Amino acid sequence: MTGERRLRIGFMPLVDAAALIVAVDRGFAKAEGLDVELVREASWSNIRDKLAIGRFDAAHLLTPMAIASTLGLGHVKVPFAAPVTLATNGNAITLSPSLFEELRQTAGKGLDSPAISARALGAVVRRREAQGLEPLTFGMTFPFSTHNYQLRYWMAEGGIDPDRDLRLVVLPPPFMVESLREGHVDGFCVGAPWNSVAVEAGLGVILHFGCEIFPHAPEKVLALRKSSIEADPPCVSALARAIVAAAKFVDETAARPEVATLLAKEERVGVDAELISRSLEGRLTVNGMGDQRQARDYLVIHRDGACRPSAEQAAWLYAQMLRWGQAPYSADHLSAAQGVMRADLYDCAIDEAPPPSPPIGAFAGPTFESDDVAAYLEAFSVGRKI
Amino acid sequence: MKIVIVDESPLRAAILEEGLREAGFTEVERLGEMHNLLRRIYAIDPDVILIDLANPSRDVLEQMFQVSRAVRRPVAMFVDQSDAASIEASVDAGVSAYIVDGLKKERIKSILDLCVSRFNAFSRLQDELARARSDLEERKSVDRAKGILMKSKNLTEEQAYTAMRSAAMREKKKIGEIARAIITAAELLK
Repeated sequence: MTGERRLRIGFMPLVDAAALIVAVDRGFAKAEGLDVELVREASWSNIRDKLAIGRFDAAHLLTPMAIASTLGLGHVKVPFAAPVTLATNGNAITLSPSLFEELRQTAGKGLDSPAISARALGAVVRRREAQGLEPLTFGMTFPFSTHNYQLRYWMAEGGIDPDRDLRLVVLPPPFMVESLREGHVDGFCVGAPWNSVAVEAGLGVILHFGCEIFPHAPEKVLALRKSSIEADPPCVSALARAIVAAAKFVDETAARPEVATLLAKEERVGVDAELISRSLEGRLTVNGMGDQRQARDYLVIHRDGACRPSAEQAAWLYAQMLRWGQAPYSADHLSAAQGVMRADLYDCAIDEAPPPSPPIGAFAGPTFESDDVAAYLEAFSVGRKI
Repeated sequence: MKIVIVDESPLRAAILEEGLREAGFTEVERLGEMHNLLRRIYAIDPDVILIDLANPSRDVLEQMFQVSRAVRRPVAMFVDQSDAASIEASVDAGVSAYIVDGLKKERIKSILDLCVSRFNAFSRLQDELARARSDLEERKSVDRAKGILMKSKNLTEEQAYTAMRSAAMREKKKIGEIARAIITAAELLK
């Protein structure tokens, strides 16, 4: 590469953009000969459109959204591809204190198991229906998001049909806490730091970490237009190397205060460094009493091969889309979805044998095999079949 | 044709509405409050929705493509790939449009062009306003600093101004910066 390559990259103010933000703000991108301008955005739709029309060279994107855009679901078809995964997991399900209490009383004990909490939610939903009460409303960040699939998967295990028995609404993350306060939603699934913000404000109780629903959810990728990847492979490799080096840095315990301070800046994530630090550690205060819960895999940035995209993960996300009627099935769609997660680009850039990809799946339900999506969908009692 | 404007800036929404009315679109409704956005949009049942790109609620609108049971007609975003220039212009101006399928392309284009020009005019207006404000602030600081110099060094108004101007030239700074430095120093020495 000659001289510095200028790139504009869009991101949403979330902790799971850590590897991207650190790559730029701590010189990892510069070391790869890249001059990156990070642009903070207000909505996922903006990021997708600006990437699609070339205003952005790359973007921090919801993995399912990269697939949806590639397949032309709900929007114009623009093929994207990801040479590196920015984050695995990082979401949590938060409930209003009153709904949490209702679930706790219904379940008796063991509410920290998603199988038990899902059944308790099912019972609450049916009781409300019998009493003629309004159905419950849950917020999530986008139709094509792991948040949506986490909520739906969990609810369906409790015998709930999320399209019939309650309401799922899209809410921008900064509005989640306010909506809980106003009683417009009874709970939500969102990424860090918004669950913690709700808990700190005394408005929410964290019921589950996302990793308790899906142990290894492919949360965010660094997405590029497929055409621009083909046009400049060395640039893609340089960018992937910068991100992976930064991701490695983010994972170091000693670097955590520095990372949290970088992310806390107003023009980046713009929330308290302490909340960010807790999200990175996976140690979250879950209720108004100050009780904490810790999970090693609450948010995974680098370790366990998390940065390497996997086609199997993409196929699994496509299966979630099929289950909830967001996409029709076709073998072409399946292989196009798999083509979004480019392990080959990662391997080309990173000169280091990665550990095997973590298994895909959930706390309950059938195992997933990409060569038999029909059997996978057939095994669920709620949701569409092929 | 029913048009909804979703914009948290009431001034910009008013400017856009005025433009649309002048162009003959009389059924225009503004939504400034983001709560229950989808429900209100379904109630109005518009043919076109215009939303500013700085608005996080744009993601809420995307849900319209998903929950078909609640929508009377499918709504599609105006991203016709054949008209890339017009889409790029709207993104750069900071506005996006959602429209009901089947509307004539020329009509949509005229609405979008109008949005782009009004949004751009609004940004220019804001820039000018910001500049006017900072000019006014600067003039106020210079006047205060002049007063301080006149009193403490027993200078005439003209002498005080000349002293500040030569300091600014010597230090390659704006006279406003010198004035603010004098005010700060005077406050510290009080």
